Amino acid sequence: MTQTAAGHGAALQGPPSDLPSTRLRRLSAEWSGDRQVFADASWRKAMMWIFLLSDTFVFGCFLIGYMTVRMSTPVPWPNPSQVFAIEIAGKPWPLLLIAIMTFVLISSSGTMAMAVASGYRRSRRTTALLMGLTALLGATFVGMQAFEWTKLIYEGVRPWANPWGAEQFGSAFFMVTGFHGTHVTIGVIALLVMVCKVWRGDFDTGRRGTFTSRPGSYENVEIMGLYWHFVDLVWVFIFALFYLW
Amino acid sequence: MSDAITGPQGGSTLLPEADDLYHPHSWWTRYVFSQDAKVIAIQYAGTALAIGFVALILSWLIRLQLGFPGLATFIGPAEYYQLITMHGMIMVVYLLTAVFLGGFGNYLIPLMLGARDMVFPYLNMLSYWIYLLAVLVLVASFFAPGGPTGAGWTLYPPQAILAGTPGQPWGIVLMLVSLILFIAGFTMGGVNYVVTVLQARAPGMTLMRMPLTVWGIFTATVLALLAFPALLVGAVMMLFDRLLGTSFFMPAIIEAGQRLRYGGGSPILFQHLFWFFGHPEVYIVALPAFGIVSDLISTHARKNIFGYRMMVWAIVAIGVLSFVVWAHHMYVSGMNPYFGFFFATTTLIIAIPTAIKVYNWVLTLWRGDIHLTVPMLFAIAFIVTFLNGGLTGLFLGNVVVDVPLSDTMFVVAHFHMVMGVAPILVIFGGLYHWYPKVTGRMLDARLGQIHFWITFLGAYAIFFPMHYLGLLGVPRRYYETTGLGFVPPSAETLNAFISLVAFVVGAAQILFLFNLLHSLRHGAPAGGNPWRATTLEWQTPETPPPHGNWGPNLPVVYRWPYDYSVPGAPEDFLPQNRPDPVRAGGGP
Repeated sequence: MTQTAAGHGAALQGPPSDLPSTRLRRLSAEWSGDRQVFADASWRKAMMWIFLLSDTFVFGCFLIGYMTVRMSTPVPWPNPSQVFAIEIAGKPWPLLLIAIMTFVLISSSGTMAMAVASGYRRSRRTTALLMGLTALLGATFVGMQAFEWTKLIYEGVRPWANPWGAEQFGSAFFMVTGFHGTHVTIGVIALLVMVCKVWRGDFDTGRRGTFTSRPGSYENVEIMGLYWHFVDLVWVFIFALFYLW
Repeated sequence: MSDAITGPQGGSTLLPEADDLYHPHSWWTRYVFSQDAKVIAIQYAGTALAIGFVALILSWLIRLQLGFPGLATFIGPAEYYQLITMHGMIMVVYLLTAVFLGGFGNYLIPLMLGARDMVFPYLNMLSYWIYLLAVLVLVASFFAPGGPTGAGWTLYPPQAILAGTPGQPWGIVLMLVSLILFIAGFTMGGVNYVVTVLQARAPGMTLMRMPLTVWGIFTATVLALLAFPALLVGAVMMLFDRLLGTSFFMPAIIEAGQRLRYGGGSPILFQHLFWFFGHPEVYIVALPAFGIVSDLISTHARKNIFGYRMMVWAIVAIGVLSFVVWAHHMYVSGMNPYFGFFFATTTLIIAIPTAIKVYNWVLTLWRGDIHLTVPMLFAIAFIVTFLNGGLTGLFLGNVVVDVPLSDTMFVVAHFHMVMGVAPILVIFGGLYHWYPKVTGRMLDARLGQIHFWITFLGAYAIFFPMHYLGLLGVPRRYYETTGLGFVPPSAETLNAFISLVAFVVGAAQILFLFNLLHSLRHGAPAGGNPWRATTLEWQTPETPPPHGNWGPNLPVVYRWPYDYSVPGAPEDFLPQNRPDPVRAGGGP
């Protein structure tokens, strides 16, 4: 497609092109048009993006808060590679557990992406199974986090104190990972609900939701995926700023 | 119902969503657990006005103490701090934010944009009920042991959670929980407002054809969605400091000779989080007021708004700038002077878009056919009051001028003028303007004019002298100033005068309340479009608009919302959904 061929209407309805000028024209046509700004996004998908933007600010504030108290406290910060080491066969393995947790969570993003793809192919069972697998991996992550919390609590870490240094370590650790873990848990529950819906064929029959009384569609799988990838992305930042720093 | 109309760029695959409404099937789902944005708007506004009246009574008690110290024996220093804290927090968050976004936003966004409802009615309903829960938790703190918190509305730690502050056992905990609930509830409503504006407009309704009211509410909602997270995080961390004994905000402290077990936290961190929310909050309240006032002025002066595009961009620019000025609230908190320089500069830059708006309002009035209706009186009063508050903002935005004025009555006068009185005048103006659409009946104009003059002149009599008190050095948040060597006795007389006016202005609001209730039944029938206005909410087939707003077909928009007194037009206004093209200068 040449630049001159991409007129106003063609920019909206023609085949998507990666030419920067076409994309720009399309963007401008969308923002100056009526009815909706994002022509390809349904209401729910737009809502999820906007919610995630707001949630980004929540996690951003949590992480900035954590970094500020880490700088403000005069007591030395505990060494993460010692604190988060687990002992196997009498030998400490720094960051091993957390590496496995991260691997599990990132893998779950992969299965979620596959679920979205098969959702758009309307293969009901594959979608449900892949979402179930995603939920399982998410639950595994939360389970390992519970194990990590238990281990640290046994070693004497509390939100208000810990044996190795600045008390803000425990405060920030429980707060930040707890808030993220809550997000994962909510995601797992939502995934399981959606597995039931997909398996029952709600998105094929357009059955209405119990609370919202709106018919669902396979797009809901993609919206669920947006949330799930976001939670994974947040974990990457927590991993980098809390465990590696 | 099917959508028979295709807009200029119709043919989208998503249109069926627009007509898929939840239909109530019982009295409960119609009036109580309603998913209709109009009912939710009335619930929001009603709850907010009710809690606002509580805050009004608190302000009476504050004035009772300041004007006549020692007269009210039941107000001790602790009670006084509780009064000012609850008055401030209720007014800023639970009244102003809730009325503008939950009340006006819910009612006007779908109607002004030609939508049938908000895009997620169920979530919208939850938003209100969680807001109500937040209000109830807040009210519960009045009855909790130790009473509500007296930490000041800014809730600065460490003092907010230390034993010396009133409300330390329960009040502060309930306040923080209530704020967290409010934010959760608001987020549910906020995503609704934003997506409705972006994705659910009527055919022909482009962004640049939206009434400025919608632009103001929309931008304010975006600000709120990005600013409230900071308050949420601050509230969660302080709750942990108070309940779990963490030290996010708590440095090492010696209290009554004993070293507390806190240590190493950063009190300044809370101030940054609070004001990263707190400054945008000023504009969360102000931007909807800007928008509503623009529409009131244009309608009642029968003239198009001057510089519509500039008005839109000014709203957007103020929204963006409001995120980079927060530390001007912290000039005396201990900050690198270069930061002070940066924040003073950004603060003063905000004067440019705000001045554009004020000029444009005045130029809209210029040679207009001004009808001094009650909404118009309130709108003009807003311009004057906002200008006044904005000018004192220039004093406080400069570091060297701010430092001596900090924590004096000058600050109290400034923010009451700019974000207390000014937005409340707009709320009144908006209620007088849209009440006919909500109920189908007019509010009584004579009562309204009495209410206006007492409120407007009274507000000036209250807050104008406070500037003078502030320049004298009278500190804010002091339980009493008698016996302070630097406060002259004349200040006491002035304080008594302010208090007397405050009692009168407060009592005058009963007139308004009476008018609201009385006109519900006995007001003159309004018809569909009593102000002969152009925007879509006045063009509904029925008044008050029924569930679904528009009957079988959505309205189609052909023009911007400010076609007043168009030369050659048959009437002095052209509704947005009126198809026939009227050329300027051409015959009818």
